[in-house]
Amino acid sequence: MTVTDQTLREVALTREEYDKIVALLGREPSPVELGMFGAMWSEHCGYKHSRPLLRMFPTEGERVLQGPGENAGVIDIGDGLGAAFKIESHNHPSAIEPYQGAATGVGGIVRDIFTMGARPVALLNSLRFGPLTSARNRYLLSGVVGGIGGYGNCLGIPTVAGDIYFADSYSSNPLVNAMAVGIVRHDMITRARASGPGNLVVLVGADTGRDGIHGATFASVDNPEESHRGVVQVGNPFLEKLLLEACLELLETDYVVAMQDLGAAGLTSSIVESASRGGVGIEIDVAHVSRREEGMNAYEIMLSESQERMLVIVREDGLDAVREIFERWDLNSDVIGKVTEDGNVRVLEHGTVVADVPATYFTDECPTYVRPSVEDPAVAELRAFDPDILPDLNPDQFGDTLLTLLGSWNICSREPVVRTYDHTIMSNTVLPPLDGDAAVVRIKGTNRALAMKTDCNPRYVYLDPYVGGQHVVAETARNVACTGAKPAALTNCLNFGNPERPPVYYQLEQAIRGMAEAARALETPVISGNVSLYNETDGVPVLPTPTVGMVGLIDDVERHVGMAARRGDELILIGPRSATLGASEYLSMVHDRVAGAPPGIDLQVERTVQEAVIELVAGGLISAAHDTSEGGLAVAIAEMLIAGDTGAELDLSPLSEANGGRLDRMLFGEAASRVIVAVEPARRDRVQQKLDERGVEHLLLGRCGGDSLRVNGLPEVPIEAMSAAWRTGLVLD
Amino acid sequence: MKFGVVTFPGSNGDHDALSAIELGLREEVAPIWHKERSVDGFDALIIPGGFSYGDYLRGGAIARFSPIMDAVAEFAAAGKPVLGMCNGFQILTEAGLLPGALLRNQSLRFSCKWVNVRVETDRTPFTQAIDPGTVLRLPIAHGEGRYFVDPETLEQLKARDQIVFRYTDAHGVETDEANPNGSLDNIAGVCNEAGNVVGLMPHPERAYDALLGGDDGLKILGSVLRQHARQVA
Repeated sequence: MTVTDQTLREVALTREEYDKIVALLGREPSPVELGMFGAMWSEHCGYKHSRPLLRMFPTEGERVLQGPGENAGVIDIGDGLGAAFKIESHNHPSAIEPYQGAATGVGGIVRDIFTMGARPVALLNSLRFGPLTSARNRYLLSGVVGGIGGYGNCLGIPTVAGDIYFADSYSSNPLVNAMAVGIVRHDMITRARASGPGNLVVLVGADTGRDGIHGATFASVDNPEESHRGVVQVGNPFLEKLLLEACLELLETDYVVAMQDLGAAGLTSSIVESASRGGVGIEIDVAHVSRREEGMNAYEIMLSESQERMLVIVREDGLDAVREIFERWDLNSDVIGKVTEDGNVRVLEHGTVVADVPATYFTDECPTYVRPSVEDPAVAELRAFDPDILPDLNPDQFGDTLLTLLGSWNICSREPVVRTYDHTIMSNTVLPPLDGDAAVVRIKGTNRALAMKTDCNPRYVYLDPYVGGQHVVAETARNVACTGAKPAALTNCLNFGNPERPPVYYQLEQAIRGMAEAARALETPVISGNVSLYNETDGVPVLPTPTVGMVGLIDDVERHVGMAARRGDELILIGPRSATLGASEYLSMVHDRVAGAPPGIDLQVERTVQEAVIELVAGGLISAAHDTSEGGLAVAIAEMLIAGDTGAELDLSPLSEANGGRLDRMLFGEAASRVIVAVEPARRDRVQQKLDERGVEHLLLGRCGGDSLRVNGLPEVPIEAMSAAWRTGLVLD
Repeated sequence: MKFGVVTFPGSNGDHDALSAIELGLREEVAPIWHKERSVDGFDALIIPGGFSYGDYLRGGAIARFSPIMDAVAEFAAAGKPVLGMCNGFQILTEAGLLPGALLRNQSLRFSCKWVNVRVETDRTPFTQAIDPGTVLRLPIAHGEGRYFVDPETLEQLKARDQIVFRYTDAHGVETDEANPNGSLDNIAGVCNEAGNVVGLMPHPERAYDALLGGDDGLKILGSVLRQHARQVA
């Protein structure tokens, strides 16, 4: 018997991969087995192209309690508690059905967190869309934001931070990355490793339906609209809330051996992964699965991606306890099978074997590929562009240029979006969204807090994947440090195009190399992550977007700062004086060019600057801190002034020489490792002394006050005009 | 004094209510499961926020049929204090324990922010200890918070002093800008005719610690203590 090309396309396997399956089994796979291989050997589950590259990441550190490989990573945060967190993509579903795609993305990442035994306490999201001049893009933004709020608000988990970025390449392929953070007692950390032959395999939560079949393979091909219609699942946050409470209640008992949520590839991946991790087998009969509709066969049940379900491995004597808890929450608890000794995943349908495969064939034997890696020469050419050949900014244009940048989609206020997310629920949000560079969430029962932020400047990564990768890690760490938190660990979501094409593989490889190097230098290990490839349409990939979610620790919750400068405060620039227009927002907005080399970054300087800021906040010496990113110094200052509703009188002339005497570079050029802090004049000497002790460059810029920004005798810009431009840049349809 | 916080499936403000009373007010409090049929032993009841039963039909429309609601109605009829916040307010209107209805926000979007509300009367157990005219800063977080009643009922509410909170600016002036959801007459909260059952859309239970942005919520939750003390005395 030979399998047809059509069948292979449906399960997204190559002929070579099929031959490998036949060789492993010593026979042709059954239809159910083939579907299971297709799902498990997809890029989404099997990390075929990324696994060899992911080994570059540092994954260990003294705080790491659980690194990559489980549903989420966990770090030690003191007081016998851990923080579990992870970020994951839901790009492909969101491109087709933005509301449900984004909603189920939130649902999936929240399950990953409580599967670990952690109570989810915060949500973040990182979004990428095409320009809002297109009605389709406005629809996608509005739908995605609606879905995130609809699901997270109903669950009662605050959405506290995130980032949104716009560029042409995301037009038909938006990116929706959702991150969740949870708190877990060390003794409650639960892993997804089945063990103990004879233990029961229980499927809990929602009924299983025909939705989402082939979701994992769908996420692993480009142009999914062509091949996989109708695979987007529909979320039910109410059920998820019940499942969350019931699972956490169950974990308080001693009966649970392992827990694994059902996400991509549904029941298949959850039983395969728990068996494979635990080195045991699992046998189930799909006849015992509660279903939403009649007539579903084993293939459909094994590949359904119906949401709000969880697999629990429990001791036999715990079955009554499980039943009681789930009945109380009006949820299913179906005993569908048991743990076995032989290491095989065996699926029965009313007693007849329809699949019988060693679990490790699905996982360890998944092929990996190292592809040819060649930079696109056109990108190298763009990078070589020297922006200093362009005419400098006319001083009279300063005000208009600043207002243009403040109102631009990539810089303006996210308030219209943020208002639709509940961020005060759970009464822990100490530094809410919009108020600082990262959110600060207190941990009840302790004096501590966590700071968290997602970010990625894809333009930097596009123009130089290696340096851009370093920036992503450095900037998220800097954001967290600006609140006063010490960056502790990170999670990442690697959103790229089709890795089978050498220029995309090059981006992936170099970005990971840069991120790994920065993560090492800043001692922020990678504890979890997700890879989303094939983000392209008609052969045009998205800008390479390796989003990072960073979590930092604050020992004394009272000691944190936001970004609002106060009247009377002085502003001090910490970090390098030189900036570049290469890869900058200014170059894109004013000269309509995405070109030039992104700013260079010295990771040791970066680390010293961050440590200095953390020390200043911990010592109660500064009243605000804000990093300079898109839009450079002028925009960062403007943002601090808008937040504090004050003007300022500043002298930037000492920066002129380091910027080649160019006004545009000095004001709007971008650089790594720069933070602006606001200081009460009485504390200025001590702040400067601390910075000198650490050997960090710093410069007193001037003093806040008045109702306009006055810089170097340039035409003054009223704070009211800056605020209006910034606040009205983004409109939700 | 012992507070009870009712948890319906889908409630998510129950944890905050428990924390606010335990950590902020430092009073005794216990959760009450919606399948219970008795509220014996409690001195005041809180119906918390959330999305009871998912609220797919309409806020509070299903929760009013929960087994516990008969006991809540009896408790209310006996003149004991009941406070509904956000979804709890919606449930109490659906159950007929409070007048009016909560419609979708005028913006048709969920809205989360801090607002100012003016206390309109001190005749309820939850405003007993607050001078009328006092402006409180509280968070809101809802998609269906637009208070509505027919014109006759509105006149009745005014005549019977049943309007408990109104959205205002920081100086206590009612303005359109200060009204976050298009509520009729800027109404943020009302009480029943007897005054012992109060519902409001803002979240006093999220404002119990200055670290969280404000602790004005404690004035509302703590107000009931004074009445209780007087009754006991």
